[in-house]
Amino acid sequence: MATGTEPHLNSGGVRTGTRAAIDAPHLRTDRWWLAPAVTAAGLLAFIVYSTWRAFANADYYSAPYVSPFYSPCVAENCKNMPSGPNADIFGSWWAISPAIIILIFPLGFRLTCYYYRKAYYRGFWASPPACAVAEPHKKYSGETRFPLILQNIHRYFFYAAILVALVLTYDTVLSFRDTDENWGHMGLGTVVFLINIALIWAYTISCHSCRHIVGGKLKHFSKHPVRYKAWQFVGKLNARHMLLAWASLVSVAVADFYVYLLASGAFDDPRFF
Amino acid sequence: MSSYKARFKVWRGDVKGGGLEDFEVEVNDGEVVLDIIHRLQATQAPDLAVRWNCKAGKCGSCSAEINGRPRLMCMTRMSVFTREETITVTPLRAFPVVRDLVTDVGFNYQKAREVPAFVPPAELAPGEYRMMQEDVDRSQEFRKCIECFLCQDTCHVVRDHEENKPAFAGPRFLMRVAELDMHPLDAASDSGLDRKKTAQDEHGLGYCNITKCCTEVCPEGIKITDNALIPLKERAVDRKYDPLVWLGSKIRRRSS
Repeated sequence: MATGTEPHLNSGGVRTGTRAAIDAPHLRTDRWWLAPAVTAAGLLAFIVYSTWRAFANADYYSAPYVSPFYSPCVAENCKNMPSGPNADIFGSWWAISPAIIILIFPLGFRLTCYYYRKAYYRGFWASPPACAVAEPHKKYSGETRFPLILQNIHRYFFYAAILVALVLTYDTVLSFRDTDENWGHMGLGTVVFLINIALIWAYTISCHSCRHIVGGKLKHFSKHPVRYKAWQFVGKLNARHMLLAWASLVSVAVADFYVYLLASGAFDDPRFF
Repeated sequence: MSSYKARFKVWRGDVKGGGLEDFEVEVNDGEVVLDIIHRLQATQAPDLAVRWNCKAGKCGSCSAEINGRPRLMCMTRMSVFTREETITVTPLRAFPVVRDLVTDVGFNYQKAREVPAFVPPAELAPGEYRMMQEDVDRSQEFRKCIECFLCQDTCHVVRDHEENKPAFAGPRFLMRVAELDMHPLDAASDSGLDRKKTAQDEHGLGYCNITKCCTEVCPEGIKITDNALIPLKERAVDRKYDPLVWLGSKIRRRSS
């Protein structure tokens, strides 16, 4: 290099030998810590709530509603849900909560999601905590090694998330019944489920892997006009991926909590017709 | 027109050492931080070193860190600060300092040279290139880059880990790889160059953990992470980590 100030290959971050001699790890004067703190608190709250509900193995069905945490229910110990998302695939040997079997897919989808990666790398791992704020780690290999190299399987979780969203759509259709399985009815829970499934689909489709699959991988959009349109549509949703990630996270928790209130007898579903 | 005295801390020094020096300097309506640095040069610190050129946010020369945030001095209005605030200006902290606010950004030129250039299609002569607008839209967004290197400066992969510099090209040059890989006429693959694979293997794409600081600081508003780095990661997945895509490409061998 022209000036003879070649970087030293020792790991000292912003205090490395030839850089400007400034002791402070950062000089930001704004509330840079607020966003990662709020993010971490929000994610932590969801983790605590969903862990409780997933392992509870109770209060997840109140006709005609089934909690999205327990759908599809694929073990013998599931509650009987008439025409519901039951399928005794795992048999009787599965003794713990059947939610665990299915939650691995939406959990994997969100864990490997490009937005959530940013959120927890910043919020929990401080890598970095905020832009131009020094991270506390001595070494960094990013997503080049195990286990973080597994983030590259995000698209497979996306495929699984599509299947889960289809099942939740089926559950939403079932919510247009009354408690005696008669069609053509609607309650407050139906509205909760409708909002939830709309947000789940919007979040799923706005995924970066989806954007790549529908058209982003192409070199010549002009030769694939339909895929180009699909890519543009997904791109518009993708610009709101963060918002949709949070909105759908809250909505799925609200839908589950609503079913919990009904199933535990704390609340009666107001029926519209 | 109103004016006031602002408090500034400006880093002065060179590779041997230095520190923040206090200044009180006049600020007038409509001025930007670079105006104030120029006033400092004119009135109090004639030997203050600062790199600048266009004063219009287009040359990318006056990159610095203002109150700890990587920004262009010429595009940072004084009106974004309160009059009571002390404004700290330092050189970019990811690169070796030369003197005062000037850093050696040679790392970036070295990384630029490591990205193989556009490969012209063999069947077309210069002047015969024809491209549809929708095919070049994506690359054109990346061509707005003014090479201010704020994204390179803020990226924690090299900012906080000097040892990663040999392996990691940084967001600006991974975006260049993405631009070329999305270019409708780039014939790199015909010449045996797989940009999707080399992005991961030679330019360190895997180091990026998509925390979006590059996008946050880009003065041109380029969506570096969403439109370049993540699509490039997905393309690398096609080549290296997705057995179905790999199998499909072996069976069909059809270029998209």
